[in-house]
Amino acid sequence: MRVVLAEDLFLLRDGLVRLLEAYGFEIAAAVESGPELTAALAELEPDVAVVDVRLPPTHTDEGLQCALRARRERPGLPVLVLSQHVEQLYARELLADGSGGVGYLLKDRVFDADQFVDAVRRVAAGGTAMDPQVIQQLLARREAAEPLAGLTPREREVLELMAQGRSNAAIAGQLVVTERAIAKHTSNIFSKLGLEVSDDDNRRVLAVLAHLDQGGRRAR
Amino acid sequence: MSIAETDGTVRARAVDAVTAAKRGLTLALLGYGASIGLSVLAWLSITLIPLGIGALTTPPVMRWVRAYADHRRRLAKEWAGIAIPTAYAPPPAALRTGGEGMVDRTMALVRDPATWRDLRWLSVDVVAGSAVAVLAPGLLAEGVFGVLLLTGLWQPIVAASDGWWYGFVPVTGWATAAAAALLGCGWLALALRYNPALIRTHFRIVNAQLAPSAEQLLARRVEKLTETRRDAVDTSAAELRRIERDLHDGAQARLVAMGMDLSTIEMLLDTDPAKARALLAQARRNSVDALGELRDLVRGIHPPVLAERGLGDAVRALALRLPIATEVTVELPGRADAPVESAAYFAVSEVLTNAVKHADAELIRVDLHHADGSLRIAVTDDGRGGARVGAGSGLAGVERRLGTFDGVLAVSSPAGGPTMVTMEIPCVLS
Repeated sequence: MRVVLAEDLFLLRDGLVRLLEAYGFEIAAAVESGPELTAALAELEPDVAVVDVRLPPTHTDEGLQCALRARRERPGLPVLVLSQHVEQLYARELLADGSGGVGYLLKDRVFDADQFVDAVRRVAAGGTAMDPQVIQQLLARREAAEPLAGLTPREREVLELMAQGRSNAAIAGQLVVTERAIAKHTSNIFSKLGLEVSDDDNRRVLAVLAHLDQGGRRAR
Repeated sequence: MSIAETDGTVRARAVDAVTAAKRGLTLALLGYGASIGLSVLAWLSITLIPLGIGALTTPPVMRWVRAYADHRRRLAKEWAGIAIPTAYAPPPAALRTGGEGMVDRTMALVRDPATWRDLRWLSVDVVAGSAVAVLAPGLLAEGVFGVLLLTGLWQPIVAASDGWWYGFVPVTGWATAAAAALLGCGWLALALRYNPALIRTHFRIVNAQLAPSAEQLLARRVEKLTETRRDAVDTSAAELRRIERDLHDGAQARLVAMGMDLSTIEMLLDTDPAKARALLAQARRNSVDALGELRDLVRGIHPPVLAERGLGDAVRALALRLPIATEVTVELPGRADAPVESAAYFAVSEVLTNAVKHADAELIRVDLHHADGSLRIAVTDDGRGGARVGAGSGLAGVERRLGTFDGVLAVSSPAGGPTMVTMEIPCVLS
C-alpha cells in the first residue's frame, strides 16, 4: 500500500516513516510542506495520505486545506489527518463531503502502533477513523444527550467505538464479546436513534456522526 | 430647481423648524425648571458642608446633577450630533463606612473639577442656554401669530387695548395689520432658516461648559493607562506563574517519571522481561498524559485554532466544545492583531464559561463583527440572568483584560434573563 506522508518536524516524519515501513507500507513520498504535498498527491496517486494539519509555509492549517483541496479534485481520496489537537470544527469539514475515506486523529494515537496502522488501513479502504476525543466532545453536548438518554451504558460504549469508525469485529474484540452481540447492540442503537440500518460499515459510521453532530439541532 | 423640488425643500425645512421649535421648548422648560432647581439644591448643599448636613446631601444631589448632565449629553448626541466627553473622577477606591464614608465621598466630589464644571453649566444653562433654546419656538409662535392677525384677529386685540404694537408695527387697521403679517412672515422665514442652528448653538454652549479641558482629558487618560498597565502586568505575571506551576507539576514531572521508568526497563530487560513490559505500558501512559496536559496548557496560552484560523473559527471551535447549543455569527472582513485576537478569544471564552456554569441556558448566541473601528462581540444567553461584573466574577477579569486594549464590557442581565454581554475593542483589521 502506497502512502504519501506530510509532516514538517523531522523527528516525527522519520518516526512515522519507520513505523509505517515496519508494518509493510510503501512510502511513496515523505514531504514537509503544503505545496510539496499538493504536488505529491497529484503526481503519485497514493492509496492513502497521512497529513499533519499544520504545515509550512504558512504554519496554519495548510495540511488540512491541501487535503480538502485534493479531495475536491479527487473525491474519496483517502486522507488521514494528524494533529497535536483535535477540533470538531475540522472533523466536520473533513466529513462534509460525505464520501468517506477520512481519518482525523491526535498524534498521540501513533503510540499504539497496532491501532494506528489499523486506522490507516481502514481509511485507505474508504472507511473512517475519528479520534475518540472528537466523539467524546460530540457526546458531551447537551443537545446530543437527550436522544442518547435511552441507550444502555453498553450501547453507549458501542456507539462511541462505532462513531470512531470501528467495525463490528473490532468493537467485539475490544469489548471482549462476540460479534453477534455487537450486531445486536448496533441494531438496538439504530432503532433507538431512529436511524436506518445499513450493512455498509462506512455508511453506518457517517450516519452516526451526522446524527451526533446535527441530531439535537434538528430536534429543536 | 423645479417647483416640486422647491416645494419639497420648503416642506423639509418647515418640518425641521417645527422639530427644532419643540426641542427648543423642551430645553427651555428644562433650563427654567430643572436647571434652576438643581443649581439651587447643589449650591445649598455645598454651602452646608461645613455644618455637616451638606456632607449627607451632597453625594445624592450631585448624583442627580450628573444624571441630568448626562441626559443633556445624550440629547446633544441625538439632536445635534455633538459628542460631549465625560470626565468624572472614579469614586475613591477605599471608602470608610457610615458617616465617614459620606465625608470621603463628599470630599472626592468637591475635589473633582467635573463637579464644578457641572455647576457652572447649570448657571449658564439657566441664562444663556435656555435663552437661545427658547428663541426657536418663540420665532415660530410669533411668526404664526403675526400671520393670523391678518385673519381679523387684530380687531378684538386692538379693541381691548389702547394702542397695540406687533413688534415695531403699531397695529391700527387692516393696512398696519398687513404690515404686521409681513413682519410675521419675516419671523417665520427666520425660524425656517435658523431654528435648527439655534438648537445646535444651545448644545455648543453646553459643550463649552461641560467638556473637560484637553489637560484634564489627558490627566484622566494617564490615570486610566497607569491602571490598565498595572492590571496587564499583574495578569501576565499571574499567568506565567500558573504556567510554570502547571509545567512543573504536570508534564515535567511525567517526563521525569518516564525517564526513570525507561532506565529501570533497560535494567529489567534481561532479568525480568514481563515486568519490563508492564513498565513500558506505564511509560507510554505517562507520555500520553504528559501530551494531554501540554495540550491543555497550550490551549490556555494560545489556542492552536486561533493561530491556524483566526478569531472567527477559533470561537466556532470553542462553541462546538460547549455542552450547550451555541450559535456563532461572524462578520469579520480581515484579521485583527494577534494580541487583540487573543484577548478577544479569552474574553469570549470566559463569558461562555460563565454562561455554561451559571446561566442554566438552553441556547447561547455569539455575534462577532467589526464596525466603526471596533471589534464588537455580543454573547447572549436565554438563561436565568442576574450576572454581574465584580464580586469576584469572571466578568471583572474580562473587563480588566479588555482594558489593556481600551476595550469595554457591558452586561445586561435582569433577573430571569436573558443575559447579554457586549464587548468592544478598538482595532483595525488587516
